[in-house]
Amino acid sequence: MFVHGFKMISQFIGDMKKQKLRCFLTMSGITWGTMSVILLLAFGESFRIASMKNMSGMGNNIVVMGGSRTTLPYKGLPPGRYIQLREETVSLLKDYIPDIGYLSPETQKYVTLSIGPQKQNNNCVGVYPGYGMLRNLFPQKGGRFINPLDMENRRRVIFIGTQISEKFFAKESNPVGKILMVNGIPFTVIGVMQNKVQNSSYMTQDKNIVFIPYTTCRDVFGAKYVNRIIFKAKNDVDTPKIKENIHEVLGRRLGFAKDDKDAIWMWDTTEMTQFIHYFFLGFEAFLFLGGVLTLIVGGIGVANIMYVSIRERRREIGIRTALGATPRLILLQFMLESFIIMFIGGSLGVLGAWLIVTLFGSPALTGVQVVLGKPVINLNIALIVATVLALTGFAAGWSPARNASNMDPVRALEF
Amino acid sequence: MISLNNISKKYNMGHVTVNALGPVTLTIHKGEFVAVLGPSGSGKSTMMNILGCLDRPSLGEYLLDNTPVHGFSRTKLARVRNMKVGFVFQSFNLLPFATAYENVELPMLYAKISGKEREHTVKHLLEIVGLSDRASHRPAELSGGERQRIAVARALANNPDIILADEPTGNLDSKSGAEILNLFEQLHADGKTLIFVTHDENLASHAKRIIRLLDGKINQDYTQN
Ligand SMILES: Nc1ncnc2c1ncn2[C@@H]1O[C@H](COP(=O)(O)OP(=O)(O)OP(=O)(O)O)[C@@H](O)[C@H]1O
Ligand SMILES: [Mg+2]
Repeated sequence: MFVHGFKMISQFIGDMKKQKLRCFLTMSGITWGTMSVILLLAFGESFRIASMKNMSGMGNNIVVMGGSRTTLPYKGLPPGRYIQLREETVSLLKDYIPDIGYLSPETQKYVTLSIGPQKQNNNCVGVYPGYGMLRNLFPQKGGRFINPLDMENRRRVIFIGTQISEKFFAKESNPVGKILMVNGIPFTVIGVMQNKVQNSSYMTQDKNIVFIPYTTCRDVFGAKYVNRIIFKAKNDVDTPKIKENIHEVLGRRLGFAKDDKDAIWMWDTTEMTQFIHYFFLGFEAFLFLGGVLTLIVGGIGVANIMYVSIRERRREIGIRTALGATPRLILLQFMLESFIIMFIGGSLGVLGAWLIVTLFGSPALTGVQVVLGKPVINLNIALIVATVLALTGFAAGWSPARNASNMDPVRALEF
Repeated sequence: MISLNNISKKYNMGHVTVNALGPVTLTIHKGEFVAVLGPSGSGKSTMMNILGCLDRPSLGEYLLDNTPVHGFSRTKLARVRNMKVGFVFQSFNLLPFATAYENVELPMLYAKISGKEREHTVKHLLEIVGLSDRASHRPAELSGGERQRIAVARALANNPDIILADEPTGNLDSKSGAEILNLFEQLHADGKTLIFVTHDENLASHAKRIIRLLDGKINQDYTQN
């Protein structure tokens, strides 16, 4: 049986060779559709990952907060009073809201950095050790971020952004251990920030900032208030509850109504993360639908070609059935043709998509990759495309093949 | 043995019904050599198509070797066409893109005959029709007479008892036509049942039995020596 099956299949393929142009046109439709689906999915996915990553340049699911003005009266006090955060606010939060994980104040100073004659006015921020984790500030090899001992001993150490490093230190040299003057006071460089993509910020980008221990900053430059407090929930789902609590706890201490949401401003990046998540869910569904529609149009092309083919080959079908080909065999022949067209067209599409994805991943295009990410064809995408192709092939081939197999030989031979 | 009992074929053409054949009652025994004659439109092809299971009758019974085939499904009819009858057409009906060899082989593929046996049979049949040297030719590269001989070889592929031919010489010159008839006489001598349609009284005279149709009915049915 297998031998006959094999002979049959080679015969079918032989038949198809006679219809080169027709098969070629149909296959290109399928190739195009397959390529669209894969590319759309691959790029959609990589774009999502890249956007998430770029988002986290500022930090993963952090909340940035600062004092603002009251809008409600409180215990006889009029609205419009300024609320300001202090260092003790930080310990207050730590003590009263145990769901908070990493936590750090931020005291921002505008300073002059210098080495010898080289000078630059720059943002300098005093922070806690946890700040590095909050803001994804990772040291390059050989360096470190501010640690608790730096804090305790009020060390004059400094963690610098990449741009600062490039400005003050030679390209090849390691700045760690070198001295950088801040308003004329010598600070030892303890680390240089690893490059990262950051698509949001509230000061300047981190690569242009220098960071020093909060205690050092307070001692050297004076800090009555903190500019901002940054925290991250131990568990991201608790973030809304924590924000609620903060208004209550700080309201009592700093003197504002707990319903006065505007007394403290908060920037919750988890909201953004969620937005991006849903945005891409919709975006990918849209791309997928577009790709699938393209494929379906290709499938309709296959169906059409099959109909035309069967009309053209009516006499051939008549001869075959007259000689004893069963309806099942005729059905099989045309289904197989449909699948072969799908398979070859689909394979070429996969190959094309793979080529484009590979080209896109080449180092020459790193600039674009930052935004769009590096597309990958993963197993899920491959399975989806294979399923859609198989279904389309089946749908496209079935009805014409059925018609062909149900013709009486005389009817088929009349033409 | 072929047995038709009140077989008829009608076509519905809008308001009118065309009676293409019948009712026809007819018995043909194994080994008979029959010529079917009749004017154009008398129902010769219609009858042959029913005999060859290429078409189904509107009414009546058709027993083929005592099996009632008139109610057979398409699949069962395909098996009958494949194994029990060989059909030769006026217009050859060879697959144009297949070689002479492949054309003869085709019914055996459908019968699931092994490759070795197929090769053996095809070679043997090509020898019988005298076209061994044309095995790899395509129909377009053969003369009309050669095409029809290939078609006869194909009809013999699964060694059926019955050979049906609808005007097999209609498209051939008299010399090629004579060759085909020669082949038929050989097959008859081998014990096959042969039924062929012709307009040529001269060719018909080679047959042992003559059936004349007129307006879809049997007008004359007689044996000659
Ligand atoms: N598909 C069809 N639809 C309608 N009428 C048909 C059809 N096929 C045949 N007929 C009619 O049936 C009758 C018999 O036709 P048939 O082809 O059997 O004649 P024939 O004896 O073979 O003629 P010829 O010698 O010309 O081949 C004719 O009147 C023909 O018009
Ligand atoms: Mg006829």
